[in-house]
Amino acid sequence: MTTPPTPIAATPIIKPSTRALPEAARAARRTELWLLLLGMLLVAAYLAAVEANMLETVSSDFWAPAGVLAAVFLALHVVIRLRAPFADPVLMPAVALLNGLGVAFLRRLDLGRAEVPDRADLTVFAGDGGRQLLWTLIAVFGAAVVLWFVRDHREISKYAWTLGLAGIVLVLLPALLPGSISEVNGAKLWIKFGSLFAIQPGEFAKLSLLVFFAYYLVRKREVLALASRRFLGIDFPRGRDLGPVLVVWALSLLVLVFEKDLGTSLLYFGMFVVTLYVATERVSWLIIGLLLFFGGAALAYVLAETAGGPFASFGNRVDVWLNPFDEPYKSGYQLTQSLLGLGTGGMFGTGPGAGNPLQVPEVRNDFIFAGMGEEVGLFGLTALLVLYLLVVERGFRAALTVRDSFGKLLAGGLAFTLGLQVFVIIGGVSKLIPLTGQTTPFLSAGGSSLVANWLLVAVLLRISDAARTPASMGGVRK
Amino acid sequence: MPEIVLAAARFGFLVLLWIFVFTVVGVIRRDLFAGSRAGRLVATPRGVNVAAGNARPAKVKKGRAAHQLVVTAGALAGTKITLGEAPITIGRAEDSTLVITDDYASARHARLVPRDGQWVLEDLGSTNGTYLDRSKVSGPTPVPLGVPIRIGRTSLELRP
Repeated sequence: MTTPPTPIAATPIIKPSTRALPEAARAARRTELWLLLLGMLLVAAYLAAVEANMLETVSSDFWAPAGVLAAVFLALHVVIRLRAPFADPVLMPAVALLNGLGVAFLRRLDLGRAEVPDRADLTVFAGDGGRQLLWTLIAVFGAAVVLWFVRDHREISKYAWTLGLAGIVLVLLPALLPGSISEVNGAKLWIKFGSLFAIQPGEFAKLSLLVFFAYYLVRKREVLALASRRFLGIDFPRGRDLGPVLVVWALSLLVLVFEKDLGTSLLYFGMFVVTLYVATERVSWLIIGLLLFFGGAALAYVLAETAGGPFASFGNRVDVWLNPFDEPYKSGYQLTQSLLGLGTGGMFGTGPGAGNPLQVPEVRNDFIFAGMGEEVGLFGLTALLVLYLLVVERGFRAALTVRDSFGKLLAGGLAFTLGLQVFVIIGGVSKLIPLTGQTTPFLSAGGSSLVANWLLVAVLLRISDAARTPASMGGVRK
Repeated sequence: MPEIVLAAARFGFLVLLWIFVFTVVGVIRRDLFAGSRAGRLVATPRGVNVAAGNARPAKVKKGRAAHQLVVTAGALAGTKITLGEAPITIGRAEDSTLVITDDYASARHARLVPRDGQWVLEDLGSTNGTYLDRSKVSGPTPVPLGVPIRIGRTSLELRP
C-alpha cells in the first residue's frame, strides 16, 4: 500500500452543521405539505358533494370539518419538520386523507340519520363525525408526542419486556373480564367505562407486542435461522426453538376461543410469523405458520360443529360466510346488506351522499368500507385500497433502508400488521374470508383504533426519518 | 341542485381522488430513482491534504468515486448508506453509523474515513479482525470500489 501510515484520527473531518437541512429534507417536507393540502381539498370536496346531494344546497360552512382537520395535520406537519425532517413525505398525507374521508363519511351518516329539516343545523363536533373529529385531535396529538419525545426508535427497545408484558395483559384483559364489561356484539374485545365510552385494548396490544417481538427476534435470530434440520427440501427449526412461536399460537387460539374473534387472532399470529420470517429469512416459518393457523381454524370449526360451546360463534361466522343468502334477514343480514351495498355502488358509485349506506348494519365501524363503496363505487374503493397499499409500501421501504435490525423488524412488522388488518376487514365485508370484527384502519369510527394506528404511523415516521437521514449527518441523531 | 352539478361532483371527486393517488405514486417513483441521481449531486469526498500541507485538490474522476456503501451479505443485506463527508463507523455499538448484530463483530469494529477522495478502512482493534477481500486489515487501507469488506458474517462494498 502506498498510502503513508498517518493516523486517521489526525484528519480533520468536516462537520456539517445540523442546523441547515440539506435540500433533500426540505424538498421532502415541501412535498408533504402540498400532498396534505391536496388531501384536505379532497375531504372538502367530499363534504361539498355530500351537502349538494343531501341538503340540495351547499351551506357556507361546509368546509368546517376539513378546516379543523387541516389545522390539526398542519400542526403535525410542523412537528415532523422540527423533529423528523427526513421522514417519508408520503406517509402522513396519505394517512391524513384516509382519516379525513373517514370523518367526512361519518358526518354524512349523521346527516342521513337526521330529519331533512334538521340537517343544515348539524354542527361540526356533533354526532359520530364530530366524535371522530375529536378522536382525530387526540390521536394526532399522541403521534406528535411520540415524534417529539422519542428521538431515536432504538430507545423503544429498552422497554421491550415491559411492553411485551403489557401487551399480553391487554390482550387477555377483555377475555378475563365479565361479558357485561367486555362484550359488544358477541366479541369480547372491549373495556367499557359506563355506557358511552369504551376502549379496545387489543389495538394497543398490537403495537406493544410488536416491539417485543422485534426485540426478542433480533436477539434470537441467529439460533432460529441457523440451527435447523432439512426435511422435504425445507429447513425446519429444532423442536425447542419452536417454543415461542407455539406460545404465541396458543395465545392467539385463546383469543379466538374466549374473545370470539377470528380477525384479532389472525392478526396477532400473522404479525408474529411474519416478523419471524423477516428476522430469519426462512420460508419454513411461513409454511409452519400457515399450517398451524389453518389447522387451528379447521379444528375450531370442527369443534364448533360437534361440541359447540365457546366455539359456536366461530362456527356461525363460517356458515354465514359460506352461505350468506341462506338466512338473509337473520344471521346473514350484515353480510348480505354489505354485498348489496357494494353491488349498488357498481363501478362509479351513486355519488357522495346519494346512496343509502344506513341500510348496512354497523356501517360506522365494521362495514364502513361497504358503506363508502356504495357511494364511491369500485373506482373510488380501489383508490382507497391503493392508498393503503402505498402506506404499507412506504413502511416496508423504511424497513429496508434503516440501518439497524431492531428498526427493520419493527417497521416491517408494523407495516405488515397494518396491511393484514386492512386485508382481514375488507376481505370480511367483501366475503373473501369469514367476517370478523376488525376496524378499518383510519376510516372506522372508534377512538382506540384511530389512536393506536396514528401511534403506529408516528413510529413508522420516526424509523423512516432514521432511514433517510444521510450518513454524513451522523446517521441516527441522538 | 341540477342533475349536471351532482354528476360533476360525483365524478369530480373520483378524479381528484385518483389525482392524489397518482401524485403520491409520482413522489414515490422520484424517491426510488433518486438514489442514482442524488449520488451524482453529492460532492465527492473532499481531499484534505494534511501530510503534504499543500492545497492540491484530489484528482478523482467523478464517475469512479464511491457514493454508496452497500451491505451485500449478512443480517443487514440490502442496506445502503449514502456516503457524505463524515466517517462511517461499523460495529455492534448502538451509536455506530452501521449497527451490525453479529456475534463475530466487536462493539467498535472498524471505520471508513474519506481521505484524498478515497475511502480508507481502518480496524479499531476488533477481536475477530476486518478483512478487505481476503487480506486482514492491519493499518489504514484504501478501499477500491466493489471489493468486499468482511466483518464477521457481514460483507460490505463501496459502489459508485
